[in-house]
Amino acid sequence: MSKHQYQNRKFVIAGIAIGIVLVFIIQLFSLQVATDRYKKNADSNAFLKKTIYPSRGAIYDRNGELLVFNEPSYDVAIIPREIVDLDTLDLCSTLSITKEYFDERVAKMKDRRLNPGYSVFTPQLFMTQLTVEESAVFQEKLFKFPGFYIQRRDTRKYAHNSAAHALGDIGEVSKRDIANDDYYTRGDYIGRQGVERSYEKQLRGTKGLEVLLRDAHGRIQGKYKGGELDIKAAPGKDLTLSLDIELQMFGEKLMQGKLGSIVAIEPSTGEILCLVSSPSFDPSSMVGRKRGISHRDLQRDPTKPLFNRSIMATYPPASVFKVAQGAIFLQENIVDVNTTFPCYHGFVVPGLRVGCHTHPSPVAFKGAISTSCNSYFCWGLYKMIDNRKYKSPAEALTVWKDHMVTMGFGYALGVDLPGEKRGLIPNAQFYDKIYGEGKWNGLRIIHTAIGQGEILLTPIQIANLSATIANRGHYYVPHIVKSVKNDTISQLYRTPKQTSIDPHYYDYIVEGMRGAVIGSPYGSTARRANIPGIEVCGKTGTAQNRGRDHSVFMGFAPMKNAEIAISVYVEHGGFGATSAVPIAALMIEKYLNGTIAQERDYLVDEISKTNLIPYDLKKY
Amino acid sequence: MISKSTSIWKALDWWTVLLYVLLVVCGWLSVCGASYEYGNPDFIDYSTRAGKQLLWITCSFGLAFVLLMLDDSFYRNFSYVFYIGMILLMIVTIFVAPDVKGSRSWLVFGPISLQPAEFGKFATALALARFMNSRTFSMKKLADVLILALIIILPIALIILQKETGSALVYFTFFLMLYREGMPGVVLFLAIASVLYFIVGIRFDEEYFANSTVSIGEFSVLVLSLFFTSCLAWVFRRKKSVSLFILLVSTFIIGVSYLISKYLIPFNFIYSVYLCCLIAITYLIIISIKSRKWGYSLIALFLVGSISFLYSIDYVFDNVLESHQRVRIEIVLGMDEDLSGAGYNVNQSKIAIGSGGLTGKGFLNGTQTKLKYVPEQDTDFIFCTVGEELGFVGSSLILLLYLLLILRLIVLAERQTSTFCRVYGYCVLSIFLFHLFINIGMVLGLTPVIGIPLPFLSYGGSSLWGFTILLFVFLRLDAGRAHRLHG
Repeated sequence: MSKHQYQNRKFVIAGIAIGIVLVFIIQLFSLQVATDRYKKNADSNAFLKKTIYPSRGAIYDRNGELLVFNEPSYDVAIIPREIVDLDTLDLCSTLSITKEYFDERVAKMKDRRLNPGYSVFTPQLFMTQLTVEESAVFQEKLFKFPGFYIQRRDTRKYAHNSAAHALGDIGEVSKRDIANDDYYTRGDYIGRQGVERSYEKQLRGTKGLEVLLRDAHGRIQGKYKGGELDIKAAPGKDLTLSLDIELQMFGEKLMQGKLGSIVAIEPSTGEILCLVSSPSFDPSSMVGRKRGISHRDLQRDPTKPLFNRSIMATYPPASVFKVAQGAIFLQENIVDVNTTFPCYHGFVVPGLRVGCHTHPSPVAFKGAISTSCNSYFCWGLYKMIDNRKYKSPAEALTVWKDHMVTMGFGYALGVDLPGEKRGLIPNAQFYDKIYGEGKWNGLRIIHTAIGQGEILLTPIQIANLSATIANRGHYYVPHIVKSVKNDTISQLYRTPKQTSIDPHYYDYIVEGMRGAVIGSPYGSTARRANIPGIEVCGKTGTAQNRGRDHSVFMGFAPMKNAEIAISVYVEHGGFGATSAVPIAALMIEKYLNGTIAQERDYLVDEISKTNLIPYDLKKY
Repeated sequence: MISKSTSIWKALDWWTVLLYVLLVVCGWLSVCGASYEYGNPDFIDYSTRAGKQLLWITCSFGLAFVLLMLDDSFYRNFSYVFYIGMILLMIVTIFVAPDVKGSRSWLVFGPISLQPAEFGKFATALALARFMNSRTFSMKKLADVLILALIIILPIALIILQKETGSALVYFTFFLMLYREGMPGVVLFLAIASVLYFIVGIRFDEEYFANSTVSIGEFSVLVLSLFFTSCLAWVFRRKKSVSLFILLVSTFIIGVSYLISKYLIPFNFIYSVYLCCLIAITYLIIISIKSRKWGYSLIALFLVGSISFLYSIDYVFDNVLESHQRVRIEIVLGMDEDLSGAGYNVNQSKIAIGSGGLTGKGFLNGTQTKLKYVPEQDTDFIFCTVGEELGFVGSSLILLLYLLLILRLIVLAERQTSTFCRVYGYCVLSIFLFHLFINIGMVLGLTPVIGIPLPFLSYGGSSLWGFTILLFVFLRLDAGRAHRLHG
């Protein structure tokens, strides 16, 4: 056996075989067990995860009238990997876009900074919000463009062109929205303003998912595991607003050509009946692809139509603030209802004079409110801040501020709309900073007494004050959503908040405010608010201003069991009685009677045609 | 006749038969998985691929039975007849076969197509065994070596003419058998070394050590050559001192210069590797002259050859290879990540296998293979289905089945008393090993994409019958061993 010498070579050959199999097993391990990269790849290969968009909840007014609903529009999506032999020119002409626009959209789609979820395997949003007609043209030629898909999406449609600020709008999510909430992916819509934003979670519903199997040619082979992994889309919940759209439109009409706000609240519930901010805009202009241009134009408008004055503007409240002051003086026993103060055409102490109009003097609490006596409230504040019963003016002011806060001032009320401002109620530290610690007293801050100086309130805070008085000492946080279908509104809006003022003091205030409307021995300021058959109570204010004064009114009706509390603020409207009072009166009449009596009908026309926008803003 | 057939059933190696049946059954299940269409789970229907494969399997069992019933001297006596007949058939095929995807390798008889090349391996193995069995045959005779080469090269040439280059490569596996029969080991060693150099050199040519300009590919190949040189000195000259000298000096110089470069002064430490090579070559030549043993010079020559091979790879790669060949190599070495381009097959195959995970998605639950992401998934890429549906555990088990089969065949071949049977046995196992190596290597992205089937698993009658014939003729020869001893 000469070949016996090679017998050991069988080990080499066996070794080679073992080595090969070993290398294969190691490679198998590294592919299958050591990484899940291939698994992910396989999933994006085989599964087409189709999002099922839920319909967004509709919005109704308090009487069940439909305000906002959905209209179908169509998005064009691309699965980049599936595109073959794209005839770009044909595509552009079908979609009636330019080649440049096409290139721009593709570049944006592929930019991973703008679109972190970009993948060649999954549908990428290419164009949004095609109309039914546009999409029909595209659908017809869709077979020519493999890799292109049409997705149905809803856009918002508005039944009326009013209440834009309250309703708000929706827009495509930003990068930050996506980062904040992983519910969203690029191209999704999110509420941008108004209730669309504050009730986004209720309105949007829940997206569904359909897991489809896709073969190597991109053909759908059916549902994966018979639809076991599919998630049904849950439609968004309908909202019923507390808004009365009739009243809202009426208010917007009256506020035409004026800057300012009307806020009306139902005192027994805190429901907002109307929320007018003027100037406003047509909510439909914020829908679809024209949104960008409209938004830009509105943003450039110097009258700031996008600015929701009713909750965002902070104004000096002027004389309407006197009732809050008076309530504190009564509560703190600085005055009683019969205490009188002299008024010599104003509050006069050595070195200081706050003017007042002509009326009988001296004057007691109710009369002071009816005639809006500056002197009375200056005396009141002076006596309170410099009162010996407090250790220092600072302590007195702290007590005063705490009362103010319980009335809903100084902090945002918590309205269910985005962007509410808190206004300003100064505290002791605030004056310490300005005048130095211990270097100020009641006289230094005397303008606060009549709602001037540092005091700033939002129109909704003024309306809330009115509602609190109507309720004799408590209020519900104003809110615009009355109910959510199959859901409840926040506990915040269902529990009353008590002020720190004894309820019976409010009766004096109410009587004073009633006197302002129907007249009192000391005079009255809001006679134009007197509507036969309706017991209106009110308080005017005239906020000093560079240029023409702002006109303010706050009131409620009827006197007992009030159904509406209102604040009207007209920038550059002159005396409270001039602009704000007639508007408020018409609003109250409209709401309580449903119509305006014939003899006052002329007023509606007259007021709505009055333009009070300062010339330098108008020229735009 | 009765006594003879009973003795065959007794002498038959049932272990091999068991492995064969297991693999064929796994194959059928994989074809079921790979050709499964949603909503059409009928595997027995002849019109489906699974149904056809079942028919091929039944036929191959019948074929195996017939092969076992024939007398073992039949195969020996008719070896050359088979060989010449096959060569003629292959020549005919070139002229009459229809053009299928550019290759002319299929003979069509009505509904049945056959690929003669699948049976060519069997005929060539028989002819080689018969020729090497002759008493006068010696590996050292040039004439004998030339005839051996002719027997192998003839079918290769014909298959290349049929434009089936992949199948032609299989014939190189006979080197393994020749090695067992006395071919110098250096030939096998050089072949393995050059493949390693090529893969490592090209794969890591463009990758560098951190903070340096030293190419990992260049560095690794040079270190590998030094290591091989040291091994050669040990194995062939039986001189531990020489071997250790080269190993230790190189390790010291390269280690120190690497550390200096990394922590003190960065410099191109590839020069230190050059220095080691220079020292090793000089040292070997000096020993060679001193001791007058030319073997040392040959080892030095190997090192010089390795170095020049390394620097010619780049040239060959960039200037000699056609672009599509270069692309295929680049893909296999993971250098090109163009997913939708030429690397699509391999990438999809890796995705399918990788998505199987540890235990797989379950029989018929694979998504990648069902949805036809993997091309040729029931023939050349059948292992994807296994990987996806049975996972790491299942695929490793199948690999181990193959390994057991090959090791068992080595045992059977070694127990043969005649050179004819042993050579034939080694031919069979070499063919299996080569198919396994290339096919699974390709599916796993380790070897170039060469379209050859996986024995017993891939769909197709010709390949299944070809492998069945190869195996069962050997089993028949093995079963006749006892008979011949006593009779």
